[in-house]
Amino acid sequence: MTTTEDARTGVADTGVASTEVAASTPMGYGSMRRKEDARFIRGQGHYLDDIVIPGMLHSAILRSPLAHARILSIDTSAAEAHPKVKAVITGETLAGLGLAWMPTLSHDVQAVLATDKVRFQGQEVAFVVAEDRYAARDALGLIEVEYEPLDPVIDAKHALDPEAPVIRDDLEGRTDNHLFDWEAGDSAATDAIFASADVVSECDMLYPRSHPAPMETCGSIASMDKVTGKLTVHTTTQAPHAHRTVYAMVAGLPEHKIQIIAPDIGGGFGNKVGIYPGYVCAVVGSIVTGKPVKWVEDRSENLMSTSFARDYHMHGEIAATKDGKLLGVRVKVLADHGAFNGTAQPSKMPAGLFHVFSGSYDMAAAHCAVTGVYTNKSPGGVAYACSFRITEAVYLIERLVDVLARDQGWDPAELRMKNLLRSEQFPYTTALGWEYDSGDYPATFQKALDIAGYDELRAEQREKRARGELMGIGISFFTEAVGAGPRKTMDILGLGMADGAELRIHPTGKAVLRLSCMTQGQGHETTFAQIVAEELGISPDDIEVVQGDTDQTPFGLGTYGSRSTPVSGAAAAMVARKVRERARIVAAAMLEVSADDLEWEKGGFHVKGDPSAARTMTEIAMAAHSDLELPDGVEGHLDATCVYNPPNLTYPCGAYICVVDVDGGTGQVKVRRFVAVDDCGVRINPMIVEGQVHGGLADGIGMALMEVMAFDPDGNHLGASFMDYLLPTSMECPSWELGETVTPSPHHPIGAKGVGESATVGSPPAVVNAVLDAIGVRHADMPLTPAHVWRAMQGRPLRTDLAIG
Amino acid sequence: MQITVTVNGIEHTRDVEPRLLLVHFLRDSLELTGTHWGCDTSNCGACVIWLDGAPAKSCTVLAVMADGRAVRTVEGLETAAGLDPIQQAFSDKHGLQCGFCTPGMMMTCRALLDENPDPSEHEIREAISGQICRCTGYENIVRSVKAAAAVESGAMQSSAAQQGVTA
Repeated sequence: MTTTEDARTGVADTGVASTEVAASTPMGYGSMRRKEDARFIRGQGHYLDDIVIPGMLHSAILRSPLAHARILSIDTSAAEAHPKVKAVITGETLAGLGLAWMPTLSHDVQAVLATDKVRFQGQEVAFVVAEDRYAARDALGLIEVEYEPLDPVIDAKHALDPEAPVIRDDLEGRTDNHLFDWEAGDSAATDAIFASADVVSECDMLYPRSHPAPMETCGSIASMDKVTGKLTVHTTTQAPHAHRTVYAMVAGLPEHKIQIIAPDIGGGFGNKVGIYPGYVCAVVGSIVTGKPVKWVEDRSENLMSTSFARDYHMHGEIAATKDGKLLGVRVKVLADHGAFNGTAQPSKMPAGLFHVFSGSYDMAAAHCAVTGVYTNKSPGGVAYACSFRITEAVYLIERLVDVLARDQGWDPAELRMKNLLRSEQFPYTTALGWEYDSGDYPATFQKALDIAGYDELRAEQREKRARGELMGIGISFFTEAVGAGPRKTMDILGLGMADGAELRIHPTGKAVLRLSCMTQGQGHETTFAQIVAEELGISPDDIEVVQGDTDQTPFGLGTYGSRSTPVSGAAAAMVARKVRERARIVAAAMLEVSADDLEWEKGGFHVKGDPSAARTMTEIAMAAHSDLELPDGVEGHLDATCVYNPPNLTYPCGAYICVVDVDGGTGQVKVRRFVAVDDCGVRINPMIVEGQVHGGLADGIGMALMEVMAFDPDGNHLGASFMDYLLPTSMECPSWELGETVTPSPHHPIGAKGVGESATVGSPPAVVNAVLDAIGVRHADMPLTPAHVWRAMQGRPLRTDLAIG
Repeated sequence: MQITVTVNGIEHTRDVEPRLLLVHFLRDSLELTGTHWGCDTSNCGACVIWLDGAPAKSCTVLAVMADGRAVRTVEGLETAAGLDPIQQAFSDKHGLQCGFCTPGMMMTCRALLDENPDPSEHEIREAISGQICRCTGYENIVRSVKAAAAVESGAMQSSAAQQGVTA
C-alpha cells in the first residue's frame, strides 16, 4: 500500500474533476450552477403542499393504533355531523366501489382502507374530507372504531412458527405467513466449493428496517372533472407514468383521462415510488365531493405507513483458500415484507437485485436462498436509495470479507486488493450471472488507500491502542448495478423498463426536451440540458427540460434505482443524435452538398475540407422551419422521439474508507474521516455528482449509527417521529474526502453510469467495519448507537429490530 | 382572534384560530409557501423563520404568539439590490438539491453570519445542527456559508476602503 504525503494533509490533487462552477455556462459537460436553483433559493419552489386549487378540500386519515386486530364496528356519525366535514369514507364505502383493496407492485393486494382486520400499526382505516386541514384532523377524533385485538407477528424469525397467527387470512386458502422462496446461483457448485475450501467464515447479520424519510412527506391533490371525466392528480411521485397506469388499473379509469403531475419534489429516495392508500382515497374523495381533495401525510404517518426499507435477516458464509483467495459466498435470507407485499422492484425479482452479492470479487461460486414472510408491520421493502436491495448485498459481502479477515488475522485491505476484479477481466460475468460492464477496481481502491493514507492510519491505530484509545478503520468496496431494464428481463407490473424522450428544436434554435423520469432533487433540469448541449452544441441555458406531467412527456418508468442517467440520460443523448442527423440533411440542402460530405463540429456542420462552408444549429433550425426545399421524404421542422431500451445495467463502483474514534466509556462513535472514491463512468456535471455522493455518505452514517425502525412485542412502532427515528445532522457527518476514477460504460451512449445511490449502498459497511475494528468485536448489528456499541463491547449485542436486550 | 404580524416588512392583519401554527399562517393565510413544514416535532428545521430577528421553528410557534412582532421569511432575503449573498452562495456551491430544507437552512445561516461574520467550520455545523438535510450530507451547505462569509468580508473591506478614500 502506498500513501502520499499531500493526500493525508488534504491538499492532494485527487484527480477529481473541478466541482467549482465555471464562470460561463459550459457548452455541454462540466460543473455549472443548477437551473432549478433560481426558484429554490428564493423560496419559489412549487411543492405539492404549496399548490392550491380553487374549491380545494383537505383530508386526513384515521389510522389503526393496533398492529393486529379485527374491526368489529366503525361509527362515523359524529364525524359526519361536524359542520366542516364534507365526507367520511371507510373501507365499506370503498368496498361498494370495488376499491377497498388495490394491487401492489409485487403481485399482492393491499388494503386501501381496512375492512376486515388491521394488519399493522398506522394502517389506514377511515378517510375524512373537510373544509380545512385542522377540521379534517378534528373529525378523526370523532370516529369510533371498535377493535378486537389479535396476537401480532412482530419477530420475522417467528413468522413461520406453526402457532403464529395468520396475518393474511384475506387471501383464500392461506394458512401461514409464508410469502415466497426464491433462490439464485448454483447451489451444488457452491456447496462443493465450500466443502473443499481451506477456510470458511460465517456470520448472522441484520440489515434493519429503515425509512427513506425525505424532508417532504408524501401527498396528492386529486381533482375529478365531472364534465370531461378527466382525473388530474398532482402528486409526489418519482414515476408519474407508472402511477398513471396503476391508477387506470386500480380505478378502471381510461388512461387518456388521467393526468399525473409531479411538481417539485422534496426528496424521494424511493419513498415516492409506490401508490399509497391516501392517494387512492383522495381520488375517491374528489369523486364523492365533486371538489379537488388534497391529502398530505404528517411525519409520523410517513414513517409508520409508507415504504420502509431493508429488513433482511441474513446468514452469510464466505469460503477462501488458506492464502486468501476468495472462492465462494452463500447466504440464507429471511426477508420481512410486512403485512402486504408492496415492494417496488422489477416484478420478476422478489429479492430485487440482491443477487449481485458476490460483490466486487472474482469468485467461482455463489448462491442465495431468500424466504419472504408476512409480519404485522407496514408494507414496502424496496426504498431508500437501495438500487433494489443492493444495499443489503453490499453490506453482506463487505461484512463477510471483514469477518473472514478478522478470523484469519489478515489485513482487510490486502484481502480485498488480492481479490478485486482486474480491468482486463471486464466484461465479467459473475457466478450469479450478472455481466459487469467495466471497471478498474484495484486502481479505484488504491486511490482511496492513497487519499486515506492507509498505512499511516494503521500505525496511528497501533499507537492509540497502546494508549488504550479506540480508533477504527473500516473499508468497503462496492459494485452497484443500476439503470433497469432491459425491458426483456425487467418490468414493473408488466411495464418494460425502457424510457422515452422527445426533443424539439424551435425555429430560433432553442430546444425543449421532454423526459419520462422525474427529479426529486437530482438536478435533471440542468444535467439533461447538458447532455443535449454536448450532443448538439446548444447552450444548456437554451434547453428547457420538461418532466413530471404525463400529458406533456413520453412514457417511461421513472426515477429510482439510479436509473435516470443510465436510461433516460441515454434516451436524451440518442434523441439528440437523431435530431443531429435530421439537421445534417437540412444543412446539406442549405449548402447544396451531399449529406455525406458534411462533418459535424459541436454546434454545426461544415463541408469536409472547407470549414468556411458551414451552418450553425441555429441557422439549421430556422431553415428546417422555413421555405427551404428539402429532399423528398424528409419532413420539415427539427425534432425527434426515441425509446431507449438499455442493453444491460451499468455497474458503477467505489472504494470507501471510514475512520472512527470510539469512546470506550460511553460507546459514542465519532466519524473522524470518510474517504470516498467513486467510479460512475463519464461525469456530466461533476458538481452534481459530488453532491449526490455527499448525500449518500450521510445516509451511511445514519444507517450504521442511528436509524432504525424497531417494534415492541405488541407491534408498536418505536421510530415514528424524528425524535425517535434519528437522522444524521451536520454534527455526525465529517467533511467528506472525495476522489474519482473514470471507467466509461462501454454500452452506454455517453459512457455514463448511475451514481445517485452509490454512496448510500456503499457507505454503511465502511462505517460498521470501522466501529467494529475500533472495539475489537467480530459483529454487531446496525445501528451502532452508543448503547449498542457499549453492549457489544460487553459481549452482549442487542437485537436492534426488537429493541430488547 | 385578530392578529397583526409584520412579515418581511409588510403588516398583515388576519382573524385566526388560536391554535393555528405560525407555519400554517404564513403558508396558508399569507400564501408565503417558501417556508416549509417537515416534521411536527421541531427536529427538522424546514420551517425556520426569523421572529423579531432570531431564528425560530415556525411549526412550534402559534400564529397568535407572533402578534405585534416581526417575521422574516425566505421570501424576505432577496432585496431590490439583488440576492442575499447566502442565496447566491447556496447556488454557487451546490448547497441544495431538492430544495426543501433550503429556506430554513438559509434563514439560520443568514442569522449566523449576522452574528458571526467569519464562522469556523465547527461553528457553521453547530449553527445548522438543529436542521436536517437529506440530500447534501451538509458538506456543500458548510461551503456555501463559508463562501458567503468570504463575499461579505470582501464587500466590507472594499466598502471600508471606499470610505477611507472619501474620508
